[in-house]
Amino acid sequence: MDFRLNVGDWIASFFKWVERDVAWLFDALKSLFETLDSAVLWIFATPPALVVILVIAVAALFARGWKFAIGVVIGLLFVVSVGQWDNAMDSLALVLVAAFLAVIIAIPLGIWAAKNDAVSKTLKPILDFLQTLPAFVYLIPALALFGIGVAPGVIATLIFSVAPGVRLTQLGIRGVDAEVVEAGQAFGASPRRILRQIQVPLAMPSIMAGINQIIMLALSMVVIAGLVGAGGLGGEVAKAIGKLDVGLGFEAGLSVVALAIILDRFTGSFGQNMGLYSTLRKSRSETKAADEQARLDSQELVDKGPRRAGF
Amino acid sequence: MNETIVLRAEGLYKVFGRHADDAVEKLRKGASRDDLGGATAAVIDASFEVKRGEIFVVMGLSGSGKSTLIRMLNGLHPQTAGTVEIGGESINGVSPSELRDIRRHKVSMVFQHFALLPHRSVLDNVAYGLEIQGIEKTERLARARKITQIVGLAGWEDKFPSQLSGGMQQRVGLARALATETELLLMDEAFSALDPLIRREMQDQLLELQSELGKTIVFITHDLNEAMYLGDRIAVMRDGRIVQIGTPEDILTNPANEYVEQFVQDVDRSRVLTAESVMRAPRAVIHEGSGPHAALTVMRDEQLSAAYVVKRDRTLVGWVRDRDVLDLVRSGTKDLSPAIQRDHGAVANDTSLSELFIPAIESALPLAVHDERNKLVGVIPRVTLLATLGGEPDADGLATPRPDPLPTAVVDRALDASDEGLTTVKEAR
Repeated sequence: MDFRLNVGDWIASFFKWVERDVAWLFDALKSLFETLDSAVLWIFATPPALVVILVIAVAALFARGWKFAIGVVIGLLFVVSVGQWDNAMDSLALVLVAAFLAVIIAIPLGIWAAKNDAVSKTLKPILDFLQTLPAFVYLIPALALFGIGVAPGVIATLIFSVAPGVRLTQLGIRGVDAEVVEAGQAFGASPRRILRQIQVPLAMPSIMAGINQIIMLALSMVVIAGLVGAGGLGGEVAKAIGKLDVGLGFEAGLSVVALAIILDRFTGSFGQNMGLYSTLRKSRSETKAADEQARLDSQELVDKGPRRAGF
Repeated sequence: MNETIVLRAEGLYKVFGRHADDAVEKLRKGASRDDLGGATAAVIDASFEVKRGEIFVVMGLSGSGKSTLIRMLNGLHPQTAGTVEIGGESINGVSPSELRDIRRHKVSMVFQHFALLPHRSVLDNVAYGLEIQGIEKTERLARARKITQIVGLAGWEDKFPSQLSGGMQQRVGLARALATETELLLMDEAFSALDPLIRREMQDQLLELQSELGKTIVFITHDLNEAMYLGDRIAVMRDGRIVQIGTPEDILTNPANEYVEQFVQDVDRSRVLTAESVMRAPRAVIHEGSGPHAALTVMRDEQLSAAYVVKRDRTLVGWVRDRDVLDLVRSGTKDLSPAIQRDHGAVANDTSLSELFIPAIESALPLAVHDERNKLVGVIPRVTLLATLGGEPDADGLATPRPDPLPTAVVDRALDASDEGLTTVKEAR
């Protein structure tokens, strides 16, 4: 059978057109990605490693508790000890930038899709497409448009990780008890207020799971990003593959694992009421409640007068 | 516009699905709910008025459209046809922001599954409606605290809904609705998710609050006993239509059709019906001024062993037994009063049926019923009481008791022996 669709040609000529006529957009995006990346990198890479580890450990203590803080210290010291600290920070910066952008895109899209069936139906195949198209395939146009460097890594990571964020946000918002939303409407709340005070807070566990997924998927793209010159731990792995260097490969790979576990536990702890932060907040609100009660009691005393208060 | 009407619904239709307007036209022309093609009619031609301070109960089984109906009353479901007026203002055809304003200030709602905000404390939940009204924080919290106290949740203000039992959560729901100080309160199966004991407690509390605060309430339920207990008036719904609107007693004693009749079979009649609604005209009464001869004649003619004695204006005096009167006749006494027993044990006409059983047992005669001026208005034979509980108040005609009157021959001989000739007053049924 001699029948062939020249899909490849069409897409190639499309990207050629993009490259020629919309290059300004990609230049702008590229400089945005690179600026963000270097800003984040500056934060993590400028201070000495031990200071950064200490700060992250304290954050871990607040977010989840002392066990997690110790785990963070052990994991990061391992990274330092295998000489991958700088690479790990490169990768971390890339992951954080890509995940940040993905969250910014995913949550509004998810909310929109939850509120509008047409949007939801349109988005579904697009998300499927983004998630299942092999990552290497969209690296090719990304390389062509952005050139070697951090930018194609960011865009590939972003595309790959945005889908679960959209899906889980949509699921969360749609899953909010209809009666509670109705209560908001029945008391005259505006749709925006219902979104802010009812739907988003109640969908938070699901949205947080989405953010967690975004970050984990972003990390899994680190190696692929390394292949296109984003450097970092992925770059080391790529180098190790080229040289068949088992030792280097595992050192970089295990560093990725350490980063992954730390990031996962951090994002998993959001909204779970764990760690020092929630303990402090709880005790503070209890103090406040006690103060309020005392104020009311004294108020009552004043209102009723000393005679009727029974003293 | 009549001031005492808080809520007026007229010709309300709600049809889901395509071609809803066509479906309404068809329904208006008399089509049944089943031949509307793809459309589903949830509410068909509902019209009613709710007066100020009234508890109006909408009762129906699931799928009868009652939840849809209540949601049309505050515009949560826009109606397909018809109008809803709250306080004389239509809520239809207004802009979304005007509708929100009506919901903020005129009508609040209590939900079946409470619909509290789980991430807010009890106090913040109660204050929610006030927050939306735009009331400043310290004031709204103070007001919420007061309402929380009124519904009996003082001390729980800083707890979260998940820490409360179902009954307490619904108190929060009720407090949230009360706090907004809207005149109209919509309650959608508000107590249906609660245990029977808690439900009863909440019903009592609602009645108490209602008498204190004078709210106008539309209450949805599938429980007829609840409807009868709470409702000043009840609308019974079936398949989207209101089949009868009336007082609990109306519905129970004059069901509009077989459906309502079947429905009310299960109701606890003894709590809804009053002495007045089941009493019969007395078979005979004897006037205080008539002599023993006349009294005995009346009792003989009616085959009674005893009868009530009343004054000329029907004020209840007491009762006499035929044996005692016979003795008077034999001894030739002209005055009835020695035979009159004063312990008639009559009950007031608004006594509920459940409180009639013990007096009915203690009374030798069919239980006498008097009005507020102590006049005899009727009697309740024990069989009537039983027949009413069985759901067939008219069955007692078949089994009127004849509690052992004196043999007629004995009475005749006694009457003939005396040569009395007083007027007799007879009031047979």
